Amino acid sequence: MKKFALAALLTLGASAALAADPILITGAGATFPNPLYSKWFSDYNKLHPDIRFNYQSIGSGGGIQQFTAGTVDFGATDAPMNDAEQAKAADAVHIPTVLGAVVVTYNASVQGLRLTPAVLADIFLGKITKWNDAKIAAVNPGTKLPDAAIAVVRRSDGSGTTYVFTDYLSKVSPEWKEKAGTGKSVSWPVGLGGKGNEGVTGLVKQTPGSIGYVELAYANQNKLPTAILQNKDGNFVAPSIAATSAAAAGVAIPADYKVSVTNASGKDAWPIASFTYLLVHQDAKDKVKGEELVKFLWWAIHAGQATAEPLEYAPLPGPVVKMLEKTIQDLKVQGKPVPVAASK
Amino acid sequence: MPPPSDISAPAAHSTPARAGNPGDRAWGWGITIFGGSLLVVAGLILYELGRVAAPSWGQLGYFKFLFSSAWDPVQEKFGALPFIYGTLVTSGVALLIALPVSVGLALFLSEMGPRALRAPVAYSIEVLAAIPSVIYGLWGLFVMVPWLRSSVEPFLQKTLGFLPIFQGPPIGLGYLAAGVILALMILPTIASVTIEVLKTVPPSLKEGALALGATRWESIRISVLPYARPGIIGASLLGLGRALGETMAVTMVIGNSPEIHASLFAPGYSLPAVIANEFAEATGDVHVGALAALGLVLFGITLILNAIARILVEAVARGPKGSRA
Repeated sequence: MKKFALAALLTLGASAALAADPILITGAGATFPNPLYSKWFSDYNKLHPDIRFNYQSIGSGGGIQQFTAGTVDFGATDAPMNDAEQAKAADAVHIPTVLGAVVVTYNASVQGLRLTPAVLADIFLGKITKWNDAKIAAVNPGTKLPDAAIAVVRRSDGSGTTYVFTDYLSKVSPEWKEKAGTGKSVSWPVGLGGKGNEGVTGLVKQTPGSIGYVELAYANQNKLPTAILQNKDGNFVAPSIAATSAAAAGVAIPADYKVSVTNASGKDAWPIASFTYLLVHQDAKDKVKGEELVKFLWWAIHAGQATAEPLEYAPLPGPVVKMLEKTIQDLKVQGKPVPVAASK
Repeated sequence: MPPPSDISAPAAHSTPARAGNPGDRAWGWGITIFGGSLLVVAGLILYELGRVAAPSWGQLGYFKFLFSSAWDPVQEKFGALPFIYGTLVTSGVALLIALPVSVGLALFLSEMGPRALRAPVAYSIEVLAAIPSVIYGLWGLFVMVPWLRSSVEPFLQKTLGFLPIFQGPPIGLGYLAAGVILALMILPTIASVTIEVLKTVPPSLKEGALALGATRWESIRISVLPYARPGIIGASLLGLGRALGETMAVTMVIGNSPEIHASLFAPGYSLPAVIANEFAEATGDVHVGALAALGLVLFGITLILNAIARILVEAVARGPKGSRA
């Protein structure tokens, strides 16, 4: 039986190798969507055995650099390119693939902690230092808050998660914007740095009175306690995949998709959400790879979206998919559009 | 006569008749290339670091970069001081802990210990050396840091709290945690080299001391240790070199805050840790440049310490032969 399986594997491998040179499309970039992209690429390879993807999750910064340098066919990034980066890669098109969310996790004997944007910013600014501070008590009526010091925990490594979180804080707090600002690494007023989601989680779990931020997917998989946050419409929302998708529905999306969806309006919208993007050329030079990549994008925003939720990513809302269809149809390879609608 | 063969073996001199042999010449050139490639690689590393660092040197200025303690990637203000401080303090703490323990271990294994215990202890030193640094880091974060926070640091504060280095709230993460982890990591290096050094002590020295009526400790103190001192210093500098460059384990327990504190309980940051943390996602030439410049600083610190090590070893090596032993 084993032998048979082995033989089958070998013939499979051999036939794949023989089947007229598989097309290898390479990409590099963000680590956050890597689990989803890996699943996409393997699913897509099953549908189209002659197309293979090689994706290296080296980080968004590296993804933008390699895409700009032309060493990869597509890039991937959590934060959209800034003006300087876009100027170096003028024909780069941002294709949002899914949404991710950042949640606030904590270690204190409080069930269902509720926070307002102002209180959250004050905690990370180091202005609220006690759990039983009057400002926290005011939004948690009837909850007994411990008389303990707050220990802020944040990411030490440069990351898209930090970018989204600080982008949100900059929007809701002018003081944060002035003191720390938005970035993948910022100058934190207070706190300890943990490396990666797992580092932050480790610190939060073992430090009594701590509060930190991690990706929604990570918090869900590890069943971490998460704070309920007041959104722009004034509703208190618990983080969820549906609430994350709702954030993208509550923002006017520009044609280049370079938009921050933090602090979005909408009564169910989770306020700390963001797109993650693939970067492709408006007019690809390599005919074969370019066409296949466009077909893959079409597949990703339609069939691929079904894979998102089981992997804890928020699928794109319908209107965004409609917009993207147009964008993908406008992509060209050697100056000619690619007929994609049929390959759906 | 190809010069490279002079270095290695006097045996080369015994066959001068074959010096003009084409095979010998090819061999001579071959190893010259291998030897020279090392210099080329080191040079390329320096050149490339310098090239990448150039935009941030230009913008920030050497002096300001080295002695400023601001680190703000958003506003592109960069200073190396907190990282230099963190690297030196944690490595220093590590050496302070690891050196006595290693020397004790080595003496135990080579002089004092019962034979039955030597093999298992020597084996565990090798095991310690083989553990990957990320494992040390995880163990440090999940086991050692809580222990430091709940037991060691409060104890130090109670007994030695009058010293500025043991003040402030015990949070576990910080210079002390990084120093202790580093001590564990460099201990095998120092201990195993020291054991080899102690093996080279001529038995006649020890026997002479014993014959003069010295106790075992006295014979170690007056004959073994002075003879082995240059080797032990060399061993500690090997260990220090590892401590300076250690990245993963340190970043997991040091707290990663670019600040300077006198207290060992406070969180800090080290040069390799910040490079590892921020390089992958650094955008903008100045940020990348600042990180490359930190790499150069680390390179420089290592070079300086190596130079000091050579001078120390030579000075100490001259000492015992001339005056004491």
